[in-house]
Amino acid sequence: MGLLTNLRDSISRVTDGLFAADDPKRIGIYGPPNAGKTTLANRIARDWTGDAVGPESHIPHETRRARRKENVEIERNGRTVTIDIVDTPGVTTKVDYKEFLDHDMEKEDAVRRSREATEGVAEAMHWLREDVDGVIYVLDATNDPFTQVNTMLIGIIESQDLPALILANKTDLPEADVQQIANAFPQHETIPLSALEGDNMDEVYTKIAEYFG
Amino acid sequence: MPGPTPNVDGDDTPPRDSPPGDTPPGDAADDGSDDGVRIDMISGARMEGLTSMEKIRLILDGVRDGNIVILEEGLSPDEESKLIEVTMTEISPDDFTGIEIETYPKAETSDQSFLDKLMGRKSAQKLTVIGPANRIETLHKDENLISTLVSRK
Repeated sequence: MGLLTNLRDSISRVTDGLFAADDPKRIGIYGPPNAGKTTLANRIARDWTGDAVGPESHIPHETRRARRKENVEIERNGRTVTIDIVDTPGVTTKVDYKEFLDHDMEKEDAVRRSREATEGVAEAMHWLREDVDGVIYVLDATNDPFTQVNTMLIGIIESQDLPALILANKTDLPEADVQQIANAFPQHETIPLSALEGDNMDEVYTKIAEYFG
Repeated sequence: MPGPTPNVDGDDTPPRDSPPGDTPPGDAADDGSDDGVRIDMISGARMEGLTSMEKIRLILDGVRDGNIVILEEGLSPDEESKLIEVTMTEISPDDFTGIEIETYPKAETSDQSFLDKLMGRKSAQKLTVIGPANRIETLHKDENLISTLVSRK
């Protein structure tokens, strides 16, 4: 009886593994607020499915819920890689509703936005610990990458042995400094791009297929 | 019941049931919160026996009272992730806007045992400074120096 049970469990593990290999990988798009995560998610989704993932905005914390775009099939070098894109809220350790008042927002709306933002960040952290198979980490190449949030998040990603691709976004802006990001995280490959303009997306898709295929 | 004790770690370690920030009512003047900034320096030994959530509670209780918490050995990546998550759930308008946290890693080779190196284990020890977001501001940070400005309430 015990032998049969063990045999059944072994077969089950093997078949589960085979099916799991075929399941789309859930790739979380992470990074600080306003790095261009949703712009990138929309760019990828539009390029390969024709749909968008969510609204983009220059106001921080526009994305306040993790949003998933399923079964995005990316074709590269004769093979197809299928991923689920999870666009996550920008991670931070602080949210003050008063910052939203600077964007012509009423207090009531600002408080609601900050409450939703905090829930979204908590949700994003939970996804990172439990529910993603790989990470695209998006940084604004015009900002200093040596921040505590970046250091902590990269550390968390590494501690979970998740494959991670670092993207230096906003290279269309003159003050972009891709090398600074490469210097900050030398243990990872840094790919420059402009998600807004679609610059260097070919290399991004090649790397996505390579890292997450 | 032991009386209030200084919070700098060492021989004056407060009892386990009295975490930093858990000052008895009426002692505000004694802890200097009216005219200064309280700093809780928590040793690695103090944190060693605590669960992840106990560590996070210890930190956030202190920070929410307006204190600066300095951890001798920092948190693991998983604990840092949970600290961010719990901090987010506690943010409330006009009360608590979150935390500022700064850390730098110790040299990886300086405190690793031979077995750690052999197994590829990296040291998690890193001095960490945590404070209320509205009272602490990082002025400069590099791999050897963290310079912060702490304001009064």
